[in-house]
Amino acid sequence: MDWTAFEVSIKLALLTCLTLLPIGLAIAYLLNKVQFMGRGFVEAIITLPLVLPPTVLGYFLLVGMDNNSIVGGFFVSITGESLAFSFVGLWLASLIYSLPFAVQPMLRAFEQIAPEIREAAWCSGLSKWKTFFKIELPLAWPGIITAMVLSFSHTLGEFGVVLMIGGNIAGETRTLSIAIYDSVLALDHHQAQTMSLLLLAIALVTLTVVYTFNRRHARLVNI
Amino acid sequence: MLKVNISTNAPIKLDVDLLCKDGELLALVGPSGAGKSTVLRCIAGLQTPKKAVIKCQDQLWFDSDNNINKTPQQRRVGMVFQNYALFPHLTVNDNIRLAIEQQQTDQVQRISELLAQVNLTGLGKRYPAQLSGGQQQRVALARALARSPDVLLLDEPFSAVDKVTRRKLYLELNTLRRQLNMPIILVTHDLDEAAMLADTICVIHQGKTLQQGSSEQILYRPNNVTIARQVDVRNLLSADLVKTDGRQTLHWFDYKFNVENAAGFVDNQSIFWTISPSKVLLHQRVRKSKGERENPITATIKDMVTLRGITTVLLNVYNTGDTIIQMDLPEHVAMRNSLKRGETISVSLLADAIHLMLS
Repeated sequence: MDWTAFEVSIKLALLTCLTLLPIGLAIAYLLNKVQFMGRGFVEAIITLPLVLPPTVLGYFLLVGMDNNSIVGGFFVSITGESLAFSFVGLWLASLIYSLPFAVQPMLRAFEQIAPEIREAAWCSGLSKWKTFFKIELPLAWPGIITAMVLSFSHTLGEFGVVLMIGGNIAGETRTLSIAIYDSVLALDHHQAQTMSLLLLAIALVTLTVVYTFNRRHARLVNI
Repeated sequence: MLKVNISTNAPIKLDVDLLCKDGELLALVGPSGAGKSTVLRCIAGLQTPKKAVIKCQDQLWFDSDNNINKTPQQRRVGMVFQNYALFPHLTVNDNIRLAIEQQQTDQVQRISELLAQVNLTGLGKRYPAQLSGGQQQRVALARALARSPDVLLLDEPFSAVDKVTRRKLYLELNTLRRQLNMPIILVTHDLDEAAMLADTICVIHQGKTLQQGSSEQILYRPNNVTIARQVDVRNLLSADLVKTDGRQTLHWFDYKFNVENAAGFVDNQSIFWTISPSKVLLHQRVRKSKGERENPITATIKDMVTLRGITTVLLNVYNTGDTIIQMDLPEHVAMRNSLKRGETISVSLLADAIHLMLS
């Protein structure tokens, strides 16, 4: 069992889903609220990582993080280190490939709230911020939890993009899924099996918790 | 007092003039799509009309000419939405608490007062999904009143409950409104509901307010035939107004009726007239009365229906082709006079009950 890879995976997944919480909330809220030209295009861009082959996405990210590129060059000028094949690079890539898993459930959750509920809050004297925190956020909560769990699980299990962008540096970019791949190549099936079962257990437990929570919430608010 | 004057083409065409005094319940009546709810949303500040002046209790809420547009939060409206729009994740108590101003110290007492006012004492800890439709409507009403609003707006509040609950809620609203001293606007497409609850009715059609007045005025004395059709006036008939021997008489087929209230009408013109079915006077069949001398007509009973003690009789009037006049009688009067289908009776169309309208 490669505990270092496990630590990298958990750290990456946690950091990614926590960073995606405010980003996803802001994008989902604005997409639901603001009507603008090209909304379909924006939604398509956000959802793109869902349908793009991980190697294609990984390739573009690798090119974008190259030291000669704008983003990569900027990162080098600040930190003196390369963005590609670093944990930070991996984290930025995770934000992009897990973005649709965060935005879509949140967006659906906001869309489900009837406009009259929001208007009733305004007529009750609640400011727009108070309406968001006291009405919209609690009602969208199941969607937000789903978004967090999905982006966590998806980051935990991502393989293709991680391999392309992170390489296989122990303690830095070698995640559990890469370690499993390594173990299989080294014919260490016992280790591969242990780590696969661990990933399976984490995924199953988190999803069960989410579905149970969502069902309870739905019963309460009668959705 | 609430004064509303909207004249706009967007988002829908509106030409609205409303006046609702404190303690008065004004029913805004019209068919679906007439713009009733839009007017309510404009008053609440949920929709912005292009050109309007909305004034409540000496405060200008909206004035397009002077760029005044107060937010819904600033307007102090109590609004009951069609589907109540209760906050589903909050208990009844918390639904109401959110609408009570935070600086108010005795929140718990205020909540229990409001719950008592809408007959919901003891249900404060329930969630909206655990309440019946009628109870949800009461919570919505309590929440709307929690802010001590300057105006109460009710958007088809009875449409989502069954008929039995509706009748109960009518009575409750009738009692509750006597305790309130603010303008109340009720949007409904149900004329009977409006007539039962409202002090004044305003008819709206295709975004235009046609007439505002008491239910008696609107239902029995509409200003013109368009309003009469909107409020589904019975006995809407056409005739000629003719001046003979210095008196204006109504020539309807071969009948010549005396009329009162004909001032303002030009002689010898085609007009519409109506008479309320409850004001068609049956000549008693057992005992003659002097009413028989006033605009008498003879007719055959074509059909009879009795509902809740009122018998509606459809009369086929002699010498008028197939023209039908509707008459409403208390059930016991119909029984006492042994009215039956196919029988011939005579009735009077009282001169002061005949209402004339321009085409």
